[in-house]
Formats: sequence, structure tokens, C-alpha cells
Amino acid sequence: MFFANIDPGAHIKTGDWLVLLGGALFTVWLALTLWQGGAADKAIIRSGGKIFREVPLSRDQTIAVPGPLGISTVAIHNLQARIASDPSPRQYCVHQGWLKQAGEIAVCLPNQVSIELAGAQKKYDSLNY
Amino acid sequence: MATVEDHHVARMAALALGLSVVEAAVPSPLPGVKPGLANIVTLIVLARYGWRTAAWVSLLRVVAGSLLMGSFLAPGFFLSLSGALCSLLALAAVRRLPPRWFGAVTHSVLAAFAHIAGQLLVVYFWLVPHAGVAYLVPIFAAAALVFGTVNGLVAAHFLRAGLDAFSTEARQQGTAA
Repeated sequence: MFFANIDPGAHIKTGDWLVLLGGALFTVWLALTLWQGGAADKAIIRSGGKIFREVPLSRDQTIAVPGPLGISTVAIHNLQARIASDPSPRQYCVHQGWLKQAGEIAVCLPNQVSIELAGAQKKYDSLNY
Repeated sequence: MATVEDHHVARMAALALGLSVVEAAVPSPLPGVKPGLANIVTLIVLARYGWRTAAWVSLLRVVAGSLLMGSFLAPGFFLSLSGALCSLLALAAVRRLPPRWFGAVTHSVLAAFAHIAGQLLVVYFWLVPHAGVAYLVPIFAAAALVFGTVNGLVAAHFLRAGLDAFSTEARQQGTAA
């Protein structure tokens, strides 16, 4: 295997280790800052960058959202939300499946439709609280 | 007329292009998360020929790659372009660090972070103008760290061993001249 020939010790210099450490700390910091969503209680549906509707997750329903390519369907069920169908060629947002946590998001770029889950309040910061 | 240097740039861009085409065939769990193997070529070119040549290779790869994949002037093209431009800017700054302490791994990791930053700027200001994308940022950052390190190691390996096609070529030219 090609990678077996690569000896990290020979190729990583002192400064490189510092950069790697900094990069790792930065990534952890990003995760701690951006992933502090708790339970979600509403879904924010956007179309073309504007808020199309905000719906509570408590009621099961299906919503048709128009975009430039056609209609994307958002399904709300059992306190979860997903894009049930979308006219985009690659279907990334559909394959993403159910969103459960506040802060989770599914984006259908080609049709400019997205759903984002939001909670009533931010969860406690478990590191500092 | 095409100079020897033009031929160099074209050959290296073609190599980078080959790597990105191969990579496009590998399925990714999340759009945007890719190893970026073509950047190994950019890193080696940067170390051997300087920033200008690396910029040529990188930008030619982006344009030619989008023509091959059929995404020229589509959102995906601007994502690549903005990522490549930010990487190049980062490399221009980072290569001034003392080479005794900082090698290809530093170049690679910082360029990878600049790359996702460039892409996220396009996503945020053009494609999906709201903060929801933030949820994905830590995943992109982790991918940049991992793939940046791996690519940097591979580039450092080639640079150290003098195994890459560019150095043999350089040697032949040296003897010819």
C-alpha cells in the first residue's frame, strides 16, 4: 500500500504539529459553538432565501413549497421533519432523511428550498454551566 | 508561442485534472466533502516552482474540470473557484513562514481551511443566504483537517523523496541546459 511508505514523523515538522493542533482545537471549538441545539419544536421552511413558513413540529402535516424548479414537499411527523420530495436532480436533501435536533438543516440547493429545525431556547452550555 | 513553462503547467494541470476526475467517481457522504487529491499537485508545484505556477495549475484544473464534469458556470463551478482562490491566497501568505519549521503539511491544512471558508462564503452570500449552513461547518472543518493532513503528508513524501514526475523532468532539463 502506498500510504504505508509514508512516515509521518519524517514529514511533519515542528511548526506543522502546531498547525495541526491549532486546526484540531479550532474544529472542536466550531463544533461546540455551532452544535448546541437541543430538542427542536419548530421547523423554519425557506424558499429562495426568504422564510416561507414557520411550523410547529407538534402537528403532523405535509407542506408544498414552491421553488424555481417546482414543488418541494416538506413532511412533519412525530416531532421530526424531512424533505419528502424535491425536483432537484441529485436529491441530496431528500436522502438526508429525518431531522430531529434543533439546528439541523436540509438544503435543496437547485430548488432553493431548505428546512431548519429550531428550539424554543438554547440548551445549557454543558461545558461552562 | 507556448514556452517550456507553459508545457509544464499544462502537464501538471492535466495530472491534477486526472486526480479530480477519479475523485468525482468516489461517492461522498455529504456534498462538498472530498479528499481534494488534486491539491497534492498544487502543493508540489508550489514548493518546486513557486506561487504563480501553482495558481495557474490550480485555476486551469478548476476550469477544465468543470468543463469535463459539465458544471462550468453552474453553482458547483463557483464553489470550486472560490475555494481555489481562497486556498491560493492562503498559500501566498503561508509559504512565507520559515521552511525550517513549516512544511507541506502546514501549507495543505491551512489551504484546506481556506478552501472550505471560500466555499462557505459563496454558499452563505449567494446560494443559501441564512445561518442554517452553520450546522455543517464543523463537519467541513473536520474534513479539511483530516484530508489536509493526508494530502500534505503525500506531498511532503514526494517532495522529500524527489519521486514526482516534476523533479525528474527538472533534472533532465538541468542536464540538457
